Amino acid sequence: MAITGFLTDSTLCIGCKACEVACKEWNEVPSDGFVFTALSYDNTAALGHSTWRHVKFVEREPHAGHGGNSPSHVTWEFSSDVCKHCENAGCLEACPTGSIVRTEFGGVYVQPDVCNGCGYCVVTCPFGVVDRRPDDGRAFKCTFCYDRQKFGEQPACAKACPTSSILFGDLEQLQQLADQRIAKLHGEGMTDAKLYDARDTSVGGTHAMFVIRGDERAYNLPPNPEVPTVHLRKAWTSAAVAAGVIALTTLAAFAMERRS
Amino acid sequence: MKERIPTAASEAQLEQLRKEAELNGRVDRPGIRPSGSPFPQATAENGYYGLPLLKPPVWTWEVPLYFFVGGAGGAAAVIGFTARIAGASPKLVRDARWVAAAAANLSTPLLIADLGRPKRFLNMLRIFKPQSPMSVGAWIVAAFGGASTATLIAPPVLADITAAGSAALGLGMATYTGVLIGATAIPVWSRHAHLLPAHFGASALASAASTLELMGNDQRALNRLAMGAAAFETYMGFNIERHREDLASEPLRHGHSGRLIRIGGTLSGPLPLALRLIGGRSKRVRRVAAFASLAGSLITRFAWVAAGKASAKDPRVPLSLRGDGSRSGEPVRQREEKSDPARQQ
Repeated sequence: MAITGFLTDSTLCIGCKACEVACKEWNEVPSDGFVFTALSYDNTAALGHSTWRHVKFVEREPHAGHGGNSPSHVTWEFSSDVCKHCENAGCLEACPTGSIVRTEFGGVYVQPDVCNGCGYCVVTCPFGVVDRRPDDGRAFKCTFCYDRQKFGEQPACAKACPTSSILFGDLEQLQQLADQRIAKLHGEGMTDAKLYDARDTSVGGTHAMFVIRGDERAYNLPPNPEVPTVHLRKAWTSAAVAAGVIALTTLAAFAMERRS
Repeated sequence: MKERIPTAASEAQLEQLRKEAELNGRVDRPGIRPSGSPFPQATAENGYYGLPLLKPPVWTWEVPLYFFVGGAGGAAAVIGFTARIAGASPKLVRDARWVAAAAANLSTPLLIADLGRPKRFLNMLRIFKPQSPMSVGAWIVAAFGGASTATLIAPPVLADITAAGSAALGLGMATYTGVLIGATAIPVWSRHAHLLPAHFGASALASAASTLELMGNDQRALNRLAMGAAAFETYMGFNIERHREDLASEPLRHGHSGRLIRIGGTLSGPLPLALRLIGGRSKRVRRVAAFASLAGSLITRFAWVAAGKASAKDPRVPLSLRGDGSRSGEPVRQREEKSDPARQQ
């Protein structure tokens, strides 16, 4: 089976949130309540245990031109966020039960029948995606619609997207398409358009890529996400040295005791 | 609501408002600003409206309490085994083995209680995953529980063998929790990944020695061990205070977690060190020092978990991470602490 991916293009997104609704409906994700955040038109705020697609509303200073906005109104970028399905996934490496696995489509999947809710994946995701659902006790995140993919269907969000802002398909083809898309946007004058896929970081690239405009930090996308396993070597070294020192100090202390 | 009397001034003000509304279709007064405004913008400096980028740890009090109990039990097993081979008093050996087994048998329920699905705790032993400190830890806890309990109930010859295993695993118990939180995406933890295992190890050694002292063991070896651990904890405290400009370490010096770190650090570092150095000959002073170390060790573990929760809420550090591992220096306007609770998702 081919390795699949998402390409989410913020220059095509109209902020309709059909992807959020489609995701909730297909996956039967529970309601996360109605909260008025007062942050642009975004009342979902972030990805979480009950939000697997999240449309960001990045408001910019008034800026004539792109998007047909008048110079007196703010400019918007919409970007539908989702689990990045990292090449080196922090959550997958950290999961002690083997609940989190990589599927035959390359996605990172939490098996709900295995997860015991230890919460370690929550603190090892460099994108703040996976979270434990309080009333259920298990960790949840985007499944990449693994169930649908098994039947050759595309994920619910991609199918519901009315503007092809969310593209789903073969990962390598999407990567080529992304490069072409960026070149096209640059040619059209959107010189601030770029691809976010964390390829040059320890995460080693993501299966969910994003075409965004301007600085990725305005989208809460970390410029250099780190897979936490990069800290293992120095942490275990410290533990080994500490263990050695504790053993020797204790031995020395009792040896001195014996002599005195 | 206070009752007011209409005056010429108040009525003129209302007339003025109406005129302005008629003329402009709106009124530009501070009163029209929603509470909490101006809202943070989505920019390179603020991130996405200053909202957290990471998810805070979901762990509740059981986990830091386990860090304390498990660490102390592990170090007690090391002391017990060493005391045995050094031919120290049988009471010390017995007490140390008892502390190790009690701590081990308290650790398991604490860890199970913190799971979202406690009934599935055995899933931890489905696999062994060296790259997951949680998996390595689960196996260490399980094996340590078995070894330390066996040491307590097995016949003497066998007990000495399991005690050796229990001591080896105890070294793991005392230090691995530092790896567990160090190798995460939480900035304040991963920033100290190279120190946390040693920090927790020293803390564990101090609390084991202190517990044994409080149980009536007066070996000078225990005093020396507690002193050495307190010396390291003092160094750790200075180390935390020294890196003032480091954004990732902010939760160690500010807010609730900063207070806890300082209280825990003082109680487990300089205070017992000074007490033992100056009044170490007095049994009562040593008891006070032991109490301080125990309280300090416990508070320190809670402080680090609290610091992790505070750290996850601050998007500035993950957003300022550079490709070369350094951070862009400029501190960015932080999201206001007391914002509308409804917005803090």
